[in-house]
Amino acid sequence: MNPERRLGWRGRMRALEGIVWREGLRFLRQRERFLSALVRPLVWLFIFAAGFRAVLGISITPPYETYVLYEVYVTPGLCAMIQLFNGMQSSLSMVYDRETGAMRTLLVSPFPRWFLLSAKLAAGVAVSLLQVYAFLAIAWFWGVEPPPWGYVAALPALVLSGLMLGALGLLISSTIRQLENFAGVMNFVIFPMFFASSALYPLWRMAEASPLLHDICALNPFTHAVELIRFALYLEVNWLSLAVVLGCGLAFLAAAIYAYDPSKGMIGRRGPTR
Amino acid sequence: MPVPEPALSVRGVSHAFGRVQALDNVSLSVAPGSFTALLGVNGAGKTTLFSLITRLYDNVSGEIRVFGHDVRRRPGPALAALGVVFQSRALDRDLTVRQNLAYHAALHGLTRAQTWARTEGLVDRVGLTEQIDTPVSALSGGQARRAEIARALLHAPHLLLLDEATVGLDVRSRREVLGTVRELVAEENVGVLWATHLFDEIAPEDDAVVLHRGRVLATGTARDIARGGDLASAFLDMTGLEPAEGRL
Repeated sequence: MNPERRLGWRGRMRALEGIVWREGLRFLRQRERFLSALVRPLVWLFIFAAGFRAVLGISITPPYETYVLYEVYVTPGLCAMIQLFNGMQSSLSMVYDRETGAMRTLLVSPFPRWFLLSAKLAAGVAVSLLQVYAFLAIAWFWGVEPPPWGYVAALPALVLSGLMLGALGLLISSTIRQLENFAGVMNFVIFPMFFASSALYPLWRMAEASPLLHDICALNPFTHAVELIRFALYLEVNWLSLAVVLGCGLAFLAAAIYAYDPSKGMIGRRGPTR
Repeated sequence: MPVPEPALSVRGVSHAFGRVQALDNVSLSVAPGSFTALLGVNGAGKTTLFSLITRLYDNVSGEIRVFGHDVRRRPGPALAALGVVFQSRALDRDLTVRQNLAYHAALHGLTRAQTWARTEGLVDRVGLTEQIDTPVSALSGGQARRAEIARALLHAPHLLLLDEATVGLDVRSRREVLGTVRELVAEENVGVLWATHLFDEIAPEDDAVVLHRGRVLATGTARDIARGGDLASAFLDMTGLEPAEGRL
């Protein structure tokens, strides 16, 4: 077992495989996590959207070529919502792992920390893709039927949005000291990001209500994750959203790697962790 | 004859958390194939030192080398050469022993064939063959500790760090864990740094380092440190602690 060979690219692929495998095992073990990840958007789709379709008409707005039902409009936002919650769930599990000590197994691996965190991120995205496609399959039976190739075209968009939201979760996990503090994430990250976005209503409707709110929504990276998925599902590319999602994803990941680097970030400075 | 590289060399390492000086100019070394006890009460700085050696914290002053690899400049080869058992449990409680070992093996870049070949032998060595497919949550404290030792040895390190590995175990389990580690030293030439506050775990011929309030007070064999008396009394004299504080 030559250490030099173990630390080469094959070793890294094994580490990536191991991290994805463990994340998958945890996901399979926590069936309620899968169910809650599905139930949340389905409640929005079946109940919230049904109520709103009567009061909220969606006129022609790109990428849709005609008037669409509210259920159709809201579906890409709900896909992004699944990924947002999944990113925060991964963040929660990082904090939990740090509290229980399991995190050290990961951090004392001989591979570079940036690689380990990226692998952890990739594992989280893989899990979120399963959830999103399960949701899209159910939505299809509810009459949300994007073009068949849209499901394929949405994959890279979902990967990118999942990476951005997962990287944000990683960054948040580096700043949270205890599991009890995590409730704040719900109030200060998830809800504002979701509601101040184009997930539930088009931005032009926001502009009618409040130009300031419209600008906030337009600056919200979550809006761009939603639009990237929405356009991809209808076989188009929203270049601005693509650039924002890529840029924010890289920035969040770089900040998370910095925060987890013992020589630079916050983890090693804050005193003993278990 | 060339002098063999120490398994672990710590030179002039200091570390502070804000205004609290956790380690102050600490130096020690562990020879390959030796058992070195790091003796100190709770709060002496043992866990901080382990965290610096394993790169959980960054050492900004002094130098730490594992078989010659500077942990700051070349953390990969340094971490590949060492195995570690932390004071608090670091196994995934919901996974089985086999799954925990497989995860660790992947994190060290071992192939599947290497993982399978090493797992069976190590699990047998620590006496957990029957529990290999048992979730860690169903293991006793001693069994979980032995599973952690098996895991730490999976990538065949030549240096093993154990931080208070017997804390919370009953007498029999303590004896088993310590016995397993001493066998590794004798039979596989593994260098061991054994952090403890329990004097009965240290044999007179063991190398020992007394750490107190972040400072090294004495190094040498336990017999030399004891100066003809018993180690506990010598430790109390050195540190100025009362017997109750010394957890004797």
